[in-house]
Amino acid sequence: MELYHGPLDTKEIFGRWLDEQAESNYGAYIPFVGTIRAEDDIEALSFDIYEPVLQKWFDEWQEKAAVLGAVVKMAHSIGDVPVHTSSYVSAVFSPKRRVALELIDAFVEDFKANAPIWKYDVKNGERIYAADRSTPMDGAGLLQ
Amino acid sequence: MVKVEFLGPIGKAAMEMEANTLADVSAKLKEDSSLTAWLDKCAVALNDTMVNDLSTVLKDGDRVSILPPVCGG
Repeated sequence: MELYHGPLDTKEIFGRWLDEQAESNYGAYIPFVGTIRAEDDIEALSFDIYEPVLQKWFDEWQEKAAVLGAVVKMAHSIGDVPVHTSSYVSAVFSPKRRVALELIDAFVEDFKANAPIWKYDVKNGERIYAADRSTPMDGAGLLQ
Repeated sequence: MVKVEFLGPIGKAAMEMEANTLADVSAKLKEDSSLTAWLDKCAVALNDTMVNDLSTVLKDGDRVSILPPVCGG
């Protein structure tokens, strides 16, 4: 898992991951790129991350992938990420395509639901929590 | 004493309190009107592990994190 301040250098990350696994005999490599869209007059999105829980979440996904003979990778931004740049990349390597296709789907969807990352719109230099696009994590409401 | 910290957009300083279980933490936080809009949407971690049981026993020095709704990517 890799965290960076500001936008991701997606080509460097994907190229490096590909090089790292060049001799691993994986038949499928499926990358996913999340790019900041220009909408609602935002200048950027901004992110807070709680790294200790994110690392545990990611470690559990690495274990699930390993059972399938696969590897999951991810990188995410901290702080401001301008429109038309990327804040999130992930990838799956697996021996055959079907495992990788299914795993990237499950991994990215669970990332959206349970990775401890908070998103803010940046408008006129102000950070506004994206409450309407955010999802309560599994187990939310315990203390109510 | 346990430490309760509020992550992301909640924007509230950490607090320390006497609590034997997470139910005690819940009772104390419900007294705070600034948290009324958050508690029903927030998940909870104890020492950085997610927890789902109000009867979870706490010990001195434990750290309880309150995690509001997320949106990575």
